[in-house]
Amino acid sequence: MLFASYGFIAFIAILFIVYYLIPKKYQWMLLLLASYVFYLFAGPKYILYIVFTTVSTYIISLRIDKLNQTQAQYLAKYKEDLSRADKRAYRDMMKGRMRRWLVACLLLNFGILAVVKYSNFAIANLNAIFQAFGGQGQLSFLDIALPMGISFYTFQTMGYIIDVYRGKYPPEKNIFKLALFVSFFPQLVQGPISRFDDLSRTLFKEHSFEHRNFSFGMQRIMWGYFKKLVIADRILVAVNTIIRDPEVYQGAFALVGMLFYAFQLYADFTGGIDITIGIAQVLGIEVKENFNRPYFSKSIAEYWRRWHITLGTWFRDYLFYPISVSKPMMKVFKFTRERFGGAIGRRIPVYISTITVWFVTGIWHGASWNFIAWGMANCVVIIISQELEPFYTWFHSKFKVGNTFGFRLFQVLRTVLLMSSIRMFDCYRDVPTTFRMFGSMFTVFNYRELFGGALLELGLSMADYWVLFMGLIALLGVSLAQRKGSVRLKLAQGSDLLRYAVYSFMFIIILIFGAYGVGYDSSQFIYNQF
Amino acid sequence: MNKKGIGLKIGTVCFLFITLWFLQKLLVPKYVTAIVEGSLIEEYYHEKTDHDVIFIGDCEVYENISPITLWEEYGITSFIRGGAQQLIWQSYYLLEETLKYEKPKVVVFNVLAMKYDEPQKEAYNRLNLDGMKLSKEKIKAVKASMMDDENLIEYIFPLLRYHSRWSELTSEDFKYLFKKDKISHNGYYMRVDVEPVKSIPKGRKLSNYQFGERSYYYLDRMVELCKENDIDLVLMKAPSIYPYWYDEWDEQMREYANKHDLMYINFLDLIDEIGIDYNVDTYDAGLHLNLYGAEKMAVYFGDILRKTYGLEDRRGDEEIKKVWDEKVEFYYSMKEKQLRELEEYGYLKSLGVEKRE
Repeated sequence: MLFASYGFIAFIAILFIVYYLIPKKYQWMLLLLASYVFYLFAGPKYILYIVFTTVSTYIISLRIDKLNQTQAQYLAKYKEDLSRADKRAYRDMMKGRMRRWLVACLLLNFGILAVVKYSNFAIANLNAIFQAFGGQGQLSFLDIALPMGISFYTFQTMGYIIDVYRGKYPPEKNIFKLALFVSFFPQLVQGPISRFDDLSRTLFKEHSFEHRNFSFGMQRIMWGYFKKLVIADRILVAVNTIIRDPEVYQGAFALVGMLFYAFQLYADFTGGIDITIGIAQVLGIEVKENFNRPYFSKSIAEYWRRWHITLGTWFRDYLFYPISVSKPMMKVFKFTRERFGGAIGRRIPVYISTITVWFVTGIWHGASWNFIAWGMANCVVIIISQELEPFYTWFHSKFKVGNTFGFRLFQVLRTVLLMSSIRMFDCYRDVPTTFRMFGSMFTVFNYRELFGGALLELGLSMADYWVLFMGLIALLGVSLAQRKGSVRLKLAQGSDLLRYAVYSFMFIIILIFGAYGVGYDSSQFIYNQF
Repeated sequence: MNKKGIGLKIGTVCFLFITLWFLQKLLVPKYVTAIVEGSLIEEYYHEKTDHDVIFIGDCEVYENISPITLWEEYGITSFIRGGAQQLIWQSYYLLEETLKYEKPKVVVFNVLAMKYDEPQKEAYNRLNLDGMKLSKEKIKAVKASMMDDENLIEYIFPLLRYHSRWSELTSEDFKYLFKKDKISHNGYYMRVDVEPVKSIPKGRKLSNYQFGERSYYYLDRMVELCKENDIDLVLMKAPSIYPYWYDEWDEQMREYANKHDLMYINFLDLIDEIGIDYNVDTYDAGLHLNLYGAEKMAVYFGDILRKTYGLEDRRGDEEIKKVWDEKVEFYYSMKEKQLRELEEYGYLKSLGVEKRE
């Protein structure tokens, strides 16, 4: 069931009504039922995957908890009898047992993800290697479809089990509540990747109907649909025209495609997240923000702190930090410090962790080389930026331009252009084509064609461009206004008449200018594919 | 909540409804000066529903028979509920709906639609279904007709289908916002232009000549419905030479008619008796008859209907005559207008017909 479908709108409308009509203690159960019904629409067989993840995580989290309790009881019981060394040895022994359960859970669930998502990628690469060495045989590809949202719910659930292992919070004792955490439908298909302690605060609570939640949530939902239907799905037509025919659309068109894709992806992904957060808010549930106006970032590193925030923090907490402080990395640090001195010695472990994180980030987005190249390109830019830090410091001390509006604007535009060009790997889905198209922007001088009506041959009419232009202006306007505080809060403080006028206007704009229905190839959200 | 707040909410809802209603009115195609076929189904609802004969089917009914001639010649009142590439289930549900308004003595179904066992094209669905009033018959017709990318709700609220027409609006959309000109003559789409048949088609071989199960299912239901309502059902194949009507198809219809004791007339076999001359009686080289052909067809078919089903001459009924006199007047005025246009421009400009080179 696509978010941008009549069926989904009817689904959430019915859910909203029933949710506030039934006794409050059953609300979370209704959400679980709704989540599984939603999941069933993707195909009944995929239910098995999410059920397996839930059950395996549940059992192992309880097992870890049990070991934790046993440890606490044992230490309490023999508090006086055990020496410090004994206690440490006991703790290490128990930690080892818990770690074995954790690793089993991680292997099982990431293993499933690896098999369904990466098997055919691995087979394709093995076949290529066989062929390169003159091999005759070819491994046949597996006929496995990717279960909906598996990357998201696997990461969310594995985050949970790691937190339980770390003793951040006790495990959820009710398997159905855990099942709801894993499958909560608004965030199932494209995130955000929630943390259990965050989400469970409101997910299982009893909620009375609150006008403010309803009103704010509905505004957020409408804003999400505006971004998705009016901007993303309209611009998609031109993006598809350009990227599907790279032999024809080079030079200026590659540049247009690159920028259009940047707008499309932003409107599509943030639109989807707006709908997710809006639905949750109507239900009285708080879901973490996933974006913080990333296109206003002044550097790539800042951009990644503001784009898909929950994925970034997941990698930081569950991959980057653990790798950085792991025993092997400590050995590397020690070795490099001794060998190359403090400055370089400090950097190498950090860079190894950074490279690992970006490699995984790349491959998380898709099982193909273009995503790995995309991840590594981000990594290279971030490392270069870090290495150039002394130069930036020198430059700013010399030229004093750091706080001028012009320089900040330059930084923002530079980040947008840099990110957009790196996104070309994602856009063309092929590494050599991406390089060729990027190169064509500087070698094929067909920029004059853009002003000769060529833009109108990309599947969009002049009217479409006007709608897009106005839509992007609205997007920019709201983003600028958000810097001074919540736009919805300001709206709520305004007169009722103004508020209702804004609702009505927004609703009509989406209805009339949305790219949906027959004649539009209404797409699923881009991040659904990950 | 205070009274002001409630009032504002009610006001907003009313404003939204009115705006959406207005936008829907504005954005749905008007089918007045182009693709006028889209207006045919809707025009039935403006009629005094008292007809001896109801024709249902595709373009072979709404372009090949003139109800005005049936009236003028035999005093038979009739209406054509035809639509472009009307599929048999659409014909069936249109008939079911028609029977809510009136009970004709005879229903004539053109059997060309038997060749389609699956929904064909959204555009044709729209031409046949948009004009239907919202009813359970319409919903059933829509459900039976939808292509994969269609959605029932877009038929119930056409704004959802036509929302993107804002960039294609013309003066026609504003001119006919609330009131449309009448296009048809009791469902008949008049054309006075002439384009002779250039060649007689030879049907290419088909792998399977058997009509589909779905087509027969709805034909069976049509037979049943007419029986239940004591209506005589006539199956006809209009004298259009395109698309090709295969002997194998003809045989199936004959067998079906025999089995169910129905009249089946293949007018392609009666061209000479009707007096159709394909040099002057068609406006598109044999796909459809023009006014002259449709009048000849009505004279011939009307005589059969009158004699077989004992249809009375109602020209003596003053009340009915008064209504039909107006129709006759409109008919001849349109005929004159089209002839004038032909003379002046060489093509039918008012119908948005392309000029033939």
